[in-house]
Amino acid sequence: MRRRLKIALVGKPNSGKSSLFNYLTGLKQKVGNFPGITVDKRTGSCRLDEATDAEIIDLPGIYSLYPRTLDEKIVVETLTDRNGADYPDCIAIIADATNLKSCLLLLTQLVDLGLPVVLALNMMDVAARSELSLDVKKLALQLGLPVIMINARRGHGMDQLKRQLAGEVKPSEKKVFEAANGIHESLMEIQRHFNLATGYEAFQYLQQSDNMPFLKPDDRAFIREIAQRQNFFPYKYQGAETIQRYAFIQKVLDNVIIQSARKDWNGATTKLDRVLTHKVWGYVIFFVLLFLIFQSVFAFAQIPMDAIDRGFAGLSSFLSNRLPAGPLFELIHSGIVPGIGGIIIFIPQIAILFAFISLLEETGYMARVVFLMDKIMRKFGMSGRSVVPLISGMACAIPAIMATRTIENWKDRLITIFVTPLMSCSARLPVFAILVALIIPPERVFGLISLQGMALMGLYLLGFTAAMLSALLMKAIVRVREKSYFIMEMPAYRVPKWSNVGITIVEKTKAFVFEAGKVIIAVSIILWVLASYGPPDAMNGARQAVREATSGSGISEQAYENRVAAYKLEHSYAGAIGKWMEPVIKPLGFDWKIGIALITSFAAREVFVSTIATIYSLGSTDDNVTIKDRLKAEINPVTGGPRFTPAVGFSLLVFYTFAMQCMSTLAVVKRETKGWKWPFAQLIYMTGLAYASALLVYQVLA
Amino acid sequence: MKPGETAVISGFTDELLAAKLLEMGFLPGTVVHFNYSAPFGDPVCVNVSGYDLSLRLEEAATIILLN
Repeated sequence: MRRRLKIALVGKPNSGKSSLFNYLTGLKQKVGNFPGITVDKRTGSCRLDEATDAEIIDLPGIYSLYPRTLDEKIVVETLTDRNGADYPDCIAIIADATNLKSCLLLLTQLVDLGLPVVLALNMMDVAARSELSLDVKKLALQLGLPVIMINARRGHGMDQLKRQLAGEVKPSEKKVFEAANGIHESLMEIQRHFNLATGYEAFQYLQQSDNMPFLKPDDRAFIREIAQRQNFFPYKYQGAETIQRYAFIQKVLDNVIIQSARKDWNGATTKLDRVLTHKVWGYVIFFVLLFLIFQSVFAFAQIPMDAIDRGFAGLSSFLSNRLPAGPLFELIHSGIVPGIGGIIIFIPQIAILFAFISLLEETGYMARVVFLMDKIMRKFGMSGRSVVPLISGMACAIPAIMATRTIENWKDRLITIFVTPLMSCSARLPVFAILVALIIPPERVFGLISLQGMALMGLYLLGFTAAMLSALLMKAIVRVREKSYFIMEMPAYRVPKWSNVGITIVEKTKAFVFEAGKVIIAVSIILWVLASYGPPDAMNGARQAVREATSGSGISEQAYENRVAAYKLEHSYAGAIGKWMEPVIKPLGFDWKIGIALITSFAAREVFVSTIATIYSLGSTDDNVTIKDRLKAEINPVTGGPRFTPAVGFSLLVFYTFAMQCMSTLAVVKRETKGWKWPFAQLIYMTGLAYASALLVYQVLA
Repeated sequence: MKPGETAVISGFTDELLAAKLLEMGFLPGTVVHFNYSAPFGDPVCVNVSGYDLSLRLEEAATIILLN
């Protein structure tokens, strides 16, 4: 029988923790959730030796046991909940040898908790290059725990680390921190009551029982009662604790550092920073990079997207030849397959965008972007850290909203979540593309700049402006009393590690496919039902009615079938809703046909195009030119002129820019804000904004 | 402090923030080097305890320096 150990991987951000995790587990990892909260839990399995397997849990990067963000809270919970499913048998802490001091703070806290710890010392090569050398044996002796030198980028030292973890790791016998005399009694009381191994664990119970959801209400009351008796409040002893720990660390370092680093070891970083955070060049470089990224996203994604499109069209027709006709076939053919296709088609864009974002993070540039943008973003009620979610929002709001977890401050985070869906995501692009092609002539100004391209860019800018102005509005409305921190490490620039980039792409894409996927499929089935079923009389009479209307006109079989499909859609439940809501959308210049498209595209915007194709009897074509020509020819029965005038086109464009037509985003917002309040507010606000703006545009232009 | 200058930390004015600053290596008695500030003067980048950190001016203002 093989032994199975649980090993928790902890460490400071930027210390190479994810590289180490990837090395230990390879692709045998999975991302789940910690129970009850929405922090990603990365676990993976690893074979330590002949007789031992390990389940490795990658805990979020932290500086100390006192958490600042949502992600960090999970670390305290995992390491103090002895009965929890994730309570580790052993901890591997990774430390950056070039900056050992701040890494040891967390280590001494773990030692005081009485946990068995192995120290994996990373970046010894970088330290050596800057002439910093350490006496590792002495370090192990002074800390009372095993120290293994590794290189997480190249995978050196993995065997030694595995062997060490497989062997018996005893907790260090050192005691670094002694709580102040005044609270000694209280700590003993807590320690006895909960039967804890160390006084420091009791100290943690006293400090942050709020972050320990495993405690029962009466246990919490017990702690609160002690805290009150002691006149104790959090933070009171944290400063003193940290100073005491650093004093110990300094003593250790004085003994183990053989030769200290040259002051200018990161000279290249300083020089690069001078340019990259320059008040002119910094922004110029950032915007040029952004521009290049979006150019490549759309350029590179085109080929795989076309291939996916063809693949699903092929699958659809393959199915129609094989499966027996009937409602089940219709559901698969017109509901489920296009639903899945509608999700898969966005994978290339999302994967490419996240490749770039993770590249920027790996090199250390993202921290500079956060630094550059913080002051500006703060004016809009957000923080420098909101930049990444907002940029990601231009691919897809779902991973973008999940990326807001790095924002410590709840208000900043809420505002970022609220406005991110206003950034034009890739699902709006097919809608924009067809409408722009319809109302803007394909001309070029000065023979260079395409008018259509300009219009498209204008729409992105419109979305961005709306996002910023809404943030400003939210800043004035939302009142949260919470201190915001911005203390952030500026990591030295380095060459990205490609496997980390690869793993990020896979993770984000998976998040999109599964999060968005289940909602989109569920809603596309509901919408398919609405669009294919209606009052039986009208539906059964469809063929009859179309035959009568077209008799003698000598139209082809295909055109006849398309007419039938259009007739059915018109008389389906979706059609009925479209007609019923026509008075509401008439002031925007929309008729019931557009109304149907608005309803069906509620789940996902891109469905607009296929609905329009069906309703204008084009069959299931996705060919933009065909749809465009057909829309151009459509006559408005009231005016006798074309249906899609520029006013209607612009009104629709504006509507699609602002409207919250993405069930999956709402689902993610609900999950991240833990309630229906904010997704509802978002739905009402964005739909209201879309309606009002479209109304304004149409009334002014028409 | 101006960019390029160096000073010694003597204490903090905000107890709550102090806990966080201490964790990040802003210890009384250690040297901070003001590397540079972001455009518009805020936030700032400093070097302390051997690595670069960025923080907002209002946070930096809670650090008392020894002159």
